[in-house]
Amino acid sequence: MKLTDRDQEMLDGIDGEGVALAMQVLVAIGRAFDAEQMCDISRAHVALSNQDADLWFAERLVAGGAVCRVSPTVNPGFCLEFFRQLPGLSSADMETMERTEVAYRALGAQLTYDCTPYLQGNVPRFGEVTAYSESSATPYMNSVYGARTNRESAQSALCAAVTGRVPVYGLLLEENRMGQVHVHVEPTLTDEFDYHLLGYAVPRKAGLQTAFVPVFTGIPANVSPEALMNLGAELNTGGNVPMYHIVGVTPEAPTLEAAFHGDPPDETIVITASDLAEEQQMLSAEGGPIDFALLGCPHLSLDQLRAIADRIGSRKFKSEFWVMTSFYAKELAGRMGVAEVIEKAGGNLVPDTCIDQVVWKHLAGKKGVTDSLKGAYYTQRRDMEFVLRSVGDCVEAAIRGATS
Amino acid sequence: MSAREASVIFCRGAAPGKASGPAVVSRDAMCFYLVDPPTGTVIEAGHAIEGRSIAGVVLVCPGGKGSSVVQADGLYQLAKAGTAPAAVVVAEFDTVLVASAVVVGVPLVRCDPEDFAQIRDGDTLEVDSDQEVVTIR
Repeated sequence: MKLTDRDQEMLDGIDGEGVALAMQVLVAIGRAFDAEQMCDISRAHVALSNQDADLWFAERLVAGGAVCRVSPTVNPGFCLEFFRQLPGLSSADMETMERTEVAYRALGAQLTYDCTPYLQGNVPRFGEVTAYSESSATPYMNSVYGARTNRESAQSALCAAVTGRVPVYGLLLEENRMGQVHVHVEPTLTDEFDYHLLGYAVPRKAGLQTAFVPVFTGIPANVSPEALMNLGAELNTGGNVPMYHIVGVTPEAPTLEAAFHGDPPDETIVITASDLAEEQQMLSAEGGPIDFALLGCPHLSLDQLRAIADRIGSRKFKSEFWVMTSFYAKELAGRMGVAEVIEKAGGNLVPDTCIDQVVWKHLAGKKGVTDSLKGAYYTQRRDMEFVLRSVGDCVEAAIRGATS
Repeated sequence: MSAREASVIFCRGAAPGKASGPAVVSRDAMCFYLVDPPTGTVIEAGHAIEGRSIAGVVLVCPGGKGSSVVQADGLYQLAKAGTAPAAVVVAEFDTVLVASAVVVGVPLVRCDPEDFAQIRDGDTLEVDSDQEVVTIR
């Protein structure tokens, strides 16, 4: 890979050890992927996680004096202010999040703590070169906006933010953005939950564990942002799909031919209603009594919060009800009376927090309901069992204390 | 185990370093987060090598899977507990896996599919990411 004089200076430590470390990681990635050069990025999103590796690496960069050239938005850890009022967290649990906040503040990150920056706060134009980690964010950037990012890890995105540079390979190059697998969706999808199931079903049915770009037909042109958010999150969790096209919907797929760059697809698959039902059945725990509902992986949007409040009306929850959302949606939900409806019913609206965090340890060994297949997958380690249902059905289940 | 002669295959190095150990071959891609750090045992339900330990072995798998966050933390926790694989051999790189291996310091290489397919479970492998060769014994 050919480095500019400036890249070489950063690598040599002219800007300090932190920048040099970031450049070393980027150079290793560039070599692995046969990148010929590096280029500037205009935006970044770092999947901060408040996990040990994240903190360890962020503190190494801080110790080396690094400050981000491109200030990134960041993923949620957990909300210190919210959880300080609740019992159950040890001082060690608190300390990790406090240190994470201190480190990312020193790095000059935007402390948004939201996994849906593409809906607000960090929205690109078509064609911008960026570095976005977070499994729902990468496909959204590439697919919905036509911005360009590889499937960055939290650390590689942070290195890109620190240096303002990324190696040029993969989805930064036009030729790698062409579709490979034609996916025709037979049923008319009506609920955003259907897109969770679709996202998980596609890699399984295509039989592909390595990266590929699916091209969808049969998805309605008025598909909601939340449905696309769910689709990307699950495609990129159940499989390795940093980009997809939807013919007639996403900007690089005005036609089927354009999405495949004029070539025939490698493979064509059809997703049927029974594929989606099977996916749900395979991954869901058996229905029945539940202890809690845990929603918001990815963070629910303001519209989704409004729909929840409308459904609740004046009823009350029997089970614990937790919804994770962005600080932005929570603020607006407060202004609009939406938060009040959810809280009066006994529910909790939690900002800045991820489903895969220590704050949910009081739910370990219990049975819950969620709409997120991604959330259920990653919490296998936390001994939480999940029935999978639509957001609407999760609300009903928490009111009744049992799923349908 | 078959009495094959040692064979040397060329690879592309990503994360630097040299290591050797018995091969544990998985036909499924790997998410290091769903491995138990104290024992190095794969705990992902339904995974091809569920219940086996990857501590100190040369893990041979098609590639990585899992979100941008958990792969690095999974590998880091294994390294901290001393149960990380000695090296990882894949058929395809992805950015998350490469970045995780580089940051945590686990040698990682990629082989061509036909070379990759030669490696059998239980082979003794020497991985040299710097010289870009894998020796099968």
